[in-house]
Amino acid sequence: MASETPVTASSLLEALDQGRCSAEELIRDCLDRIGAVDGALNSFITVDAEGALAAARAADADRAAGRAGPLAGLPLAHKDIFCTEGLRTSCASRMLDTFVPPYSATAVQRLATAGAVTVGKTNMDEFAMGSSNETSYYGPCRNPWDGDRVPGGSSGGSAAAVAAGLVPAATGTDTGGSIRQPAALCGITGIKPTYGRVSRLGMIAFASSLDQGGVMARSAEDCALLLGTMAGHDPADSTSAREPVPDYRSGLTMALDGLRIGLPRRWFDASLDSAVGDRLRAALGELEARGARLVDIDLPHNHLSIPAYYLIAPAEASTNLARYDGVRYGHRCKAPLDLEDLYTRSREEGFGAEVQRRILIGTYALSAGYYDAYYKKAQQTRRLIRQDYLDAFTGVDVIAGPTAPGTAFRLGEKIDDPVTMYQEDSYTLGVNLAGLPALSLPVEPLGGLPVGLQLIGQHFDEARLLALAHRYQQDTDWHLQAPPPPGGAA
Amino acid sequence: MNWEPVIGLEVHLQLATRSKIFSGSATTFGAAPNTQASAVDLAMPGMLPVLNEQAVRYAVLFGLGIDAEIGRRSVFDRKNYFYPDLPKGYQISQFAEPIVGRGQFEIVLGDGTSKTVGITRAHLEEDAGKSLHEDYHGQTGIDLNRAGTPLLEIVTEPELASAEEAVAYLKALHSLVLYLGISDGNMAEGSMRCDINISLRPAGSDTLGTRAEIKNVNSFRFVEKAIAHEIERQAELLDSGGSVVQETRLYDAERDETRPMRSKEVATDYRYFPEPDLLPVVLEESLIEELRATLPELPTAKRQRFQDQYGLSAYDAGVLADSRALADYFEAVAGTCSDAKLAANWVQVELLGQLNREGLTIGDCPLAPDALGGLLARILDETISGKIAKQIFEAMWQGEGDADSIIEARGLRQVSDSGAIAAMVDAALAGNPEQVAQYAAADDQKRKKLIGYFVGQVMKTSKGQANPALVNQLLAEKLPD
Repeated sequence: MASETPVTASSLLEALDQGRCSAEELIRDCLDRIGAVDGALNSFITVDAEGALAAARAADADRAAGRAGPLAGLPLAHKDIFCTEGLRTSCASRMLDTFVPPYSATAVQRLATAGAVTVGKTNMDEFAMGSSNETSYYGPCRNPWDGDRVPGGSSGGSAAAVAAGLVPAATGTDTGGSIRQPAALCGITGIKPTYGRVSRLGMIAFASSLDQGGVMARSAEDCALLLGTMAGHDPADSTSAREPVPDYRSGLTMALDGLRIGLPRRWFDASLDSAVGDRLRAALGELEARGARLVDIDLPHNHLSIPAYYLIAPAEASTNLARYDGVRYGHRCKAPLDLEDLYTRSREEGFGAEVQRRILIGTYALSAGYYDAYYKKAQQTRRLIRQDYLDAFTGVDVIAGPTAPGTAFRLGEKIDDPVTMYQEDSYTLGVNLAGLPALSLPVEPLGGLPVGLQLIGQHFDEARLLALAHRYQQDTDWHLQAPPPPGGAA
Repeated sequence: MNWEPVIGLEVHLQLATRSKIFSGSATTFGAAPNTQASAVDLAMPGMLPVLNEQAVRYAVLFGLGIDAEIGRRSVFDRKNYFYPDLPKGYQISQFAEPIVGRGQFEIVLGDGTSKTVGITRAHLEEDAGKSLHEDYHGQTGIDLNRAGTPLLEIVTEPELASAEEAVAYLKALHSLVLYLGISDGNMAEGSMRCDINISLRPAGSDTLGTRAEIKNVNSFRFVEKAIAHEIERQAELLDSGGSVVQETRLYDAERDETRPMRSKEVATDYRYFPEPDLLPVVLEESLIEELRATLPELPTAKRQRFQDQYGLSAYDAGVLADSRALADYFEAVAGTCSDAKLAANWVQVELLGQLNREGLTIGDCPLAPDALGGLLARILDETISGKIAKQIFEAMWQGEGDADSIIEARGLRQVSDSGAIAAMVDAALAGNPEQVAQYAAADDQKRKKLIGYFVGQVMKTSKGQANPALVNQLLAEKLPD
């Protein structure tokens, strides 16, 4: 059952609409696949079989009664960073191992209102801090294309679950590449919208000025379908945008003749795996053959995005994570001696090594005497990086480049070398610092492993990115390739 | 050595919004613990603050009220520290770009002189919760009802020179915020709490000494006592060759002393940085103008106008302008009776006296201002005398009706019929020949006394209703020279 061509969310909805299957059948099928495969894959932290079946039956009843929402019965998984009412939300941390929120994130709520059925919560790097899914308290998730390799991170579980065909689509969040890089490493399509496009309410904060929720799915069409439901102003998130949400699905067929695609020169130099570069150039050549114009551009400050990001994100994280103090909810150490001991041990036991590292870096960067040299300078750099993008967009419509410097790497290969690990984000961080939308789509694989092409758009120009990716996916089928059957791997 | 105190105050003013500054929870005082704490107040994962616009409007009104620079763009920051009653591990405050910049306002001191106090800044922030150490036997309870209550922190320049000035400033501030309607000013419930920065320097010196900060003093009287105590403590220290340590101290009202807070709680690096969950507050000129248009006449201006327009003394104007409700009451009375001085006198003496005796405020006054004005009008048109008026005032206070109906019902109308009074004067003289004879022989001093005696006789006959001026006039005519 696992080797068939994966089905898209759009085709599943069509089947439901035509009565070719019921939502309950779809959910049972998902649960069966998860049961068969996920022991090895570890893409889910929590599976809510009972809740999903109940929701599926309700969706079927709604369909029968003619009051079904546009996504009624569609199986979906949520990254375990999105709060789900009544369903454990751990952020892949021991700190929240037993945390059951009494509310749902706005994005989750909107999808549920449209009828989508939550199958479970996916694995991730702890508090979204990581690029390999190896920092999860629940153990690493594996790449369905090669079980010895990582799925990328932090939304590794969502990427792996979609790639393995366990669910047609999943939510993800992207603070520095956490949707795009795992999408690239797992051979799926993932979009990180403009900062402010999707409400952050109920999405557990890592770095507030960078965090953005998005979609990980098989195709650009599915991304358009789900993003249209998730996006839109939320009065409960002051940073959510008031910009109206276009109909992304009908935008998929917009004319793209003469579209100017900017290629940052430095992104295709020696820092990129040359074989990966070849795959990307081939894909870009196909877009050119379909009427796009390729233009070389420069992003002169983009090489500073790693240092800028790794000051700003930890600085924000260090205070966002201060609330986990063992007082009101979350992990509390046993028999604290006093307040200091309660704080120290609860946090020491509750947070993993990477989270502690970033809290320390962030605390340091904000400290008196270091603020100007670190945090403030990083913010100034951020403005330069953003301005580079805005300048580039005066001459091009879309910017294209690699999503990650190479294909999926092996488990354990980079986890003990944070600086090498952080290089994974070279091409993605600038987008978050500038607040831009970007997506990753699969092109021709390399040695049996997926390769992702990153498309970056102007603020709130998600529709064009989706249309461009859709155009490519109309003529190619890389996005429909399935990994080898489970059990074949390692 | 002759030491000169230098005092600066930071007032935490609770704004009178119905809901909290960043959540929809109610701000009502005295609710059962944690019944007014939402997921946002509890800092649950994924929760976000949303700024209460009414708090912004109140802050701007305050800025306009002290003629301050209004920050057209102000920024919220996170002030980071761990404490159990601070759920997020940071307080949302304003640091580098506050909503209200430099301003000033005038205070009047006991000797009638006035002084302008510089306001450094005022910024918006959220209150913390409360740690409850009693009743939990070795544990600490936490009540987050107060967490997120909107505060305006108002910081003065170090320009106050005595406890008296500090208290005068606080009273004037209290009066101002009530005028503006931005706070209930209820000090017993913590709506106005004060941190006192205080240092001493040799009289006449320009440099500032090392200061101590006394935290969280919540009544005028305690501020006065805390400052007095702290001046004494620092002076003794300096006189004996010691030095003041920069530290945070607590005022213990029971023992009337200040003492250091645990050193752990001071010298913290708060790691301020801009709050990424909130956008900068950008104030449109139109909003500022809209708010400016709603500004009431403020105490200082009103005090001056009462002197200019009604010819009141500075003292009377000060008493009447102290609260907006009292000032409005006075003006309504003056309007009804058209004699502002009489109105001022009655409001200050009779009305405030009665309110004080019954422990009421002007807001609870059972007597409408036009009722009191109606009574005073009867004095002015000589229907009644001032003395009878006090009797009627009592009756009105007891709810017996308006002045006219009480006058009619009790037959208290003043007799101004000169024929009738002449008859009563004649009777009084005829009935007291001895005193008339004494009068004829007496000097001026004695005559005055005897006139008083005859007036008394006539008043007794008239049951107090004879017009005293007429009685005096007729007596003068009828008594021998």
